[in-house]
This record gives sequence, structure tokens and C-alpha cells, in this order.
Amino acid sequence: MKKKSKLSSIYLVIVFLILYAPIFYLMFYSFNSGGTMYQFEGFTLDWYRELFDDTRLLIIVLNTVIIALLSAVISTILGVAGALAIYYARRRRVKNTLLSLNNVLIVSPDVIIGASFLILFTIIGIKLGFVSVLLAHIAFSVPIVVIMVLPKIEEMSTSMIYAALDLGASRWDVLTKVILPYITPGIFAGFFMALTYSLDDFAVTFFVTGNGFTTLSVEIYSLARRGVSLNINALSTLLFVFTMILVVGYYFVTKRNNRSNGLGVKL
Amino acid sequence: MKSKSRNLYLIPYVIWIALFVVTPILLVLYYSFFDIEGHFTIDNYKKFFTPVYLKMTFNSFWYAFLITFFTLIIAYPTAYLLTKTKHKQLWLLLIILPSWINLLLKAYAFIGIFGTYGAANSLFEVMGMGSKQLLFTDFSFIFVSVYIFLPFMILPIFNALDELNPSLIDASNDLGASPWTTFRRVIFPLTLDGVKSGCQVVFIPALSLFMLTRLIAGNRVITLGTAIEQHFLVTQDWGMGSTIAVFLIIAMVLIMVLTGKRKRGIL
Repeated sequence: MKKKSKLSSIYLVIVFLILYAPIFYLMFYSFNSGGTMYQFEGFTLDWYRELFDDTRLLIIVLNTVIIALLSAVISTILGVAGALAIYYARRRRVKNTLLSLNNVLIVSPDVIIGASFLILFTIIGIKLGFVSVLLAHIAFSVPIVVIMVLPKIEEMSTSMIYAALDLGASRWDVLTKVILPYITPGIFAGFFMALTYSLDDFAVTFFVTGNGFTTLSVEIYSLARRGVSLNINALSTLLFVFTMILVVGYYFVTKRNNRSNGLGVKL
Repeated sequence: MKSKSRNLYLIPYVIWIALFVVTPILLVLYYSFFDIEGHFTIDNYKKFFTPVYLKMTFNSFWYAFLITFFTLIIAYPTAYLLTKTKHKQLWLLLIILPSWINLLLKAYAFIGIFGTYGAANSLFEVMGMGSKQLLFTDFSFIFVSVYIFLPFMILPIFNALDELNPSLIDASNDLGASPWTTFRRVIFPLTLDGVKSGCQVVFIPALSLFMLTRLIAGNRVITLGTAIEQHFLVTQDWGMGSTIAVFLIIAMVLIMVLTGKRKRGIL
């Protein structure tokens, strides 16, 4: 029995090592003065300095963040409306139809989303660039927000809404004073998910981005195709730290989310 | 009045569905009937059934199958062992964490690791196996894909195992079943839903990977995704790209139906 548990911890350790190896590999060589990813010559911060001197790259980072924040905010609003629409849909069939349509973009391969949006934007006459990327990111983030918010709405007891209505609350009051506060953790979780999906997306953006506009993922792709440059390592180290901060934030949000289960109205 | 204000939530959401879910799919279908000069034709479909495209489709499915298979083989024990650890939620979070790092960066890291002088080859040298060409091979493509999809497979299986009632396992042991029989007859069937949804989230994206084929497989592996990207962004033959996309969508729907949760009592 003991031997078995030892074997199993070795297995887990190997899985963890493999999962983290590439990330730490990148971080390690970001400090390499040698300029390659295979021979560590000496410690240097040159790549970080170069990174911060690269205005073009900084603008791309800024673009990526702006797209992520804007699309997350807008898709959160649309997603909450969607979740409420599904919740209020009386007929079972309407509900199921809405839910299946909602899931189409979640299960679709990125290439299909990218290609079909490329056709769509070209037909409507939207110039490829900031607007098309933003619209695409909003579009694929909405269903994620719906999925995160809907369970929260559904676990809310309807008697709370009726109680509020009996006490003379208008429907607007019910929404802003009862429903929204109750589902706030779900909304935050959805917002964070939308944010990370947008920051991470490559395939869809690659299709709908024009010549003048790039996001970080697309830029990394074209840099990586050209070969190894330790700027990317420095960049990835910073991104890793940033992602860690986001994940920790997300973790605490969901943790609070779980703890408040069944406690009724919060805030 | 009541039902009217309820339907208000539907308006933005239905617009979103119409614009970004229904229209894009219809457009892909529509464009698949046009050749590169814009003539209405079914030639694209004829072309798809030529050996070149059929072989590519078969290859794509074969690679996706291999990727899903290896991911499952590694993920199942990992998920199982994770449920046995003390702080399982924390460990699960640590397993999921690498999936939040930008996909392109992880792919880029593997260019360094698998490169001619990279870490993998250094390891081989130490072990006395000599250096090998790793990058731009089927092996590296499948390895990196499995690496990237692993967390997405572990998560649903972990959830299924976590929900498993432990008394069922105790009962099986008490009735004299060997650990293997318990696994085969009790644990695995009860976690099949998790396995299915894990396979779903791995197989469908694996069919359509295109950045990995370019970065890691060096254009040697051509998947349906690569072909779509090629037709849309390089040769500008949107019609043929759309035709392949139509088949990818059909494949996706079939997989969803095959791996979808069947209602209890039916079948």
C-alpha cells in the first residue's frame, strides 16, 4: 500500500514537472546574456530593457489590454442580459434552444469562428482592425459569461423576487437591488473568464486582424515563426507573473462565490 | 406589462445570437458554393472528395485521435491521483494554471526545448542516446498538443471522480472485487460522462489546430484547421475554405452527438 502511494506521488510529480517545465524554461532563459535558448552564459536584464524600449511592442500590449478590458465589460453586460433572458424564458423549448445556440461558439473550433467572422465582417463592411477584433472578442466571450452567470441565477430562490415585488419594488428595483447583488460573484467570474479568453485568444484574432493592428498573441506567433529571440522570453516572464495575479484574483472571487452559497442576499 | 419587461433581456441577446451565431454559419455554408472567381458551383464539394482532401481529412482525424488518446491515458491517472491528495482543490488549481498561460508562448518554449541544441537533446546526450531531430516531427507535434490539452482533459474527469460516491467502491471491495475489476466495472463507467466531455474538448480543437502545425510540426502535418487557414488567409480561396469548414462543422456535430450525455433509460 505504501509503495503504491509512493509510485502515485512520483507520477503526479512528473506530470507537474512536465506541465511547468516549458514555462520555467522560458523564464530561465530570459536572463541569459548568450542570446539563445540552449546555452546559459550569464545573468542579464538586457532583454527586459530591450523590451521596455520597444515602443511598438508596448503599443501592442496596450492594444491587447484595451481589447481585453473593453470586450470583457461589454460581453459581461450582454452575457448577464442573456442569462436573465434564458432564466425568464418560460417555455422549456425556448430555453433549450437559447442554451444550445449559446453553446455553439463555445464548442466551435477557433478556426471556424475566425473564418466565419472574417466573412461576416467583410460582408458588413467593417474594416479589419481594432473594431473587428473587438467585436469578435465580445462575440466569443458572451456565451462564457452566460455559462458562468446562469447557474447563479438559477440557484436563487424565486420567493425572494416575489417578496420584493410584494413589498412594492418595481421590476428595476428587483433587478438592481435583489438579482444583481445576488449574482455578483457569478458576474465577476464571468468577467475574469472573458478577460483571460480575450488575452489568450490567438486563432480568432489571427483571422480578423488586418495589417495594421495586432494583439500580443498574433505578434508572438509571427516572432516565433521567425525564430528564437529572448525578448519573447522576457515578455512571457512578465505575462506569467501577470497571469498569476489574475488567477489568484479569480481564485478568491470563486472561493467567495462558493462560500456564499445558500446564504441569501449578499452585500 | 410583466411579460413585456421580461422580454427586454431577450433583445440584446437575440441580436447577438442572430449576428454572431446564426449568420456566420449560414455565411460559411453560402460561401462554400462559390469558386475562387465568384461563380456559383458545387466544384468545391467535388474537390473535397478527391484523394488529396480525403487523405488530409483522414490524417487530421488520425492525429486528433492520437492526441485525444494519449491525453486521456495521461489525464485519467492524474485526475484519479489528484482526488486522493489532501488539498485537492489547490492541486487542481496548480494543474489548471499552465493552461492560463498564452498558448503561443508554450508552443514557443517547446521550440527551444525540442531544438537541435535544446534541453531535450541535452538530456538525450547525457543518457547516451545522442541528439535527435525532434522539432518538426510527428512526435513533437503530438507531444506539444497533448501537453496543451492535458488540463482540459483532467478537469472534467477530476469532477466526475470527485462526485463519485466512495461507498460504491467500498461495496465493490466488500463483495470481493479486485481493484482492477472495481475500476473497470464501477469507477470507469460512473466517470464516463467526464471522460466523454474531456474527449470532446480535446478532439474538436485537435482537429483544427493550425498554429502548432506551423510552429512545431513545420508544415509537415496538415490538419483541417491548417487547410482552412491556408485557404482563407493565403490562397484567398474562401469557397474551398468554407467547404472544408462545412465538413468540420458536420464532424463537430457528429462528435457532440456521439459523446453527448444520453438520457437515463434510453439506450
